[in-house]
Amino acid sequence: MSRRRHLTFVLGAVISLALAATAALSLVYTPRDPLAMAGAARLQGPSRAYPFGTDQYGRDVLSRVMAGAPTSIAVGVIAVGIGALVGIVLGLASGWVGGWLDEGAMRLVDAVQGFPAILSALLFTAVFAPGIGISMVAIGIAFVPVFARLTRGAVLELRDREFVVAARALGARDLRLVLRHILPNTMAPLIVQATTSFPVAILAEAALAYLGLGTQPPHPSWGLMLKEAQNFLGMNPWFAVFPGGAIAVAVLGLNLLGDGLRDLLDPKVA
Amino acid sequence: MARRVAAFVATLVFLSALVFVVVRVLPGDPAALILGVESNPETVARLRQALGLDRPLAVQYVDWLARAARGDLGTSIQYDVPVGRLILSRLPVTLPLALMAAAIMIAVALPLGVYAATRHRRAGDYAAMLVSQLGIAVPAFWSGLLLILLFSVRLGWFRSGGFDGWSAGVVAGVKALLLPAIALGAFQAAVLVRATRSAVLDVLREDYVRTARAKGVAEGRVVARHALRNAMIPIVTVMGIQLGQLIAGAIVLESVFALPGLGRLALVAIGARDLPVVQGVTLFVAASIVFINFAVDLAYAALDPRIRYE
Repeated sequence: MSRRRHLTFVLGAVISLALAATAALSLVYTPRDPLAMAGAARLQGPSRAYPFGTDQYGRDVLSRVMAGAPTSIAVGVIAVGIGALVGIVLGLASGWVGGWLDEGAMRLVDAVQGFPAILSALLFTAVFAPGIGISMVAIGIAFVPVFARLTRGAVLELRDREFVVAARALGARDLRLVLRHILPNTMAPLIVQATTSFPVAILAEAALAYLGLGTQPPHPSWGLMLKEAQNFLGMNPWFAVFPGGAIAVAVLGLNLLGDGLRDLLDPKVA
Repeated sequence: MARRVAAFVATLVFLSALVFVVVRVLPGDPAALILGVESNPETVARLRQALGLDRPLAVQYVDWLARAARGDLGTSIQYDVPVGRLILSRLPVTLPLALMAAAIMIAVALPLGVYAATRHRRAGDYAAMLVSQLGIAVPAFWSGLLLILLFSVRLGWFRSGGFDGWSAGVVAGVKALLLPAIALGAFQAAVLVRATRSAVLDVLREDYVRTARAKGVAEGRVVARHALRNAMIPIVTVMGIQLGQLIAGAIVLESVFALPGLGRLALVAIGARDLPVVQGVTLFVAASIVFINFAVDLAYAALDPRIRYE
């Protein structure tokens, strides 16, 4: 690993840790109550009392940005988990069994590719009540194809390798072969994919909340704050700056971390 | 080629089945969904019959799919006009927006990516990568807000949103779509920059590039004729994926800039419980994205004569 790579990894790790620490801290402490309204202090710019200013109800934007961090992380983790779980199962099944199952599973994956998170979220919100669960599922679905293809590719590569053939000759059954011999050997690229998917999920959560399809008020979410801030751009532009900045810094840090991790785990990619 | 087309059709069938399951099967009773919780059972029963919901699911699906294939996506509850016509009326906003964003994306990403590759591990490369990292991290709807803040609230050069239709003039139309297209295209460009850079870097390591250089071919020509052309397959792959993302992104940007496109149509329809419209828009957009992926697949053969689909 070159020094520059090392630097991006360390920088990414530092920002990501800061994000996690902020999220954890916000659960027990925020400078002010993120839901407490203060009529006299509406739409103020940054000041000593309110470092990030206040929103249209006089709520402290800093506290709300902090409180938005756990939301982003929770949606990210669960969405990536859904995508990885469904994708890996699909990929294992289609790569291992092959034949018509493979063909069918891959066409299904192609079809799912047609549904970016926003599209699934639109459809789900029309049918079910809007909420944070829709964000998680809609974003998770969007991750299924990449995990399925990655897993399937790895299975196809490993299926006829000596150690698998040997294990089979020793009498191992399909399920054991797949779970004990194939899956562990596909983990490195899947972990890298999960890390690079995580910031994508955070971006998607923000976009869905902004559209009113995901996290609902008064729950603090960065995307939701930007939706509110848009109505007051002329009166308090700072209100639109800080939540967006939080998204950008979080995603930047996680991306740098993911790049660094890829270099560590997958040295084939320069 | 026939195999490709068959796979494409199979994908569309899966895609439509997914939409059908979400809209007609998961919620239990779509009629109750459309009418709301306080509706009386008699009205629900009448709507069920009118919509054909009293028939077996498989029959409903085949019937629905056959209609959709003919362009009949049902009737909007809110406007009482065919959903297909509504979608067509909103396309002149969403399509130009996505195309302008795509043009901006390619115009920014290809030169920057090639530049970074030719300056590998030098200051220019690091600068380009830094810009692209920042671009990836900034959500398009936030950069849209910041553009509004700068160009309409502060400088007053652009309106903060709205679209008067192409009848108001091409210049006015392009101007209304320019800021959202920049927000969307510049953001997506960041991903393509990285893909272009790594694809060109790969090719620049090839023997034939060294041969070309040894022959004394000028560096600019080496990059344009030998490297970029052979790097196009991975670049086009990423472009195809990005185009799908652009369409999804356009839905978000329409909300930021209050543009009457497909995304606004669907969002307003959700508020009005206009299920056929949401379903139609989703089906249409998803099918378009799958079609783009199919077209990208076919483009490989054009780019690389070694790839043939028989």
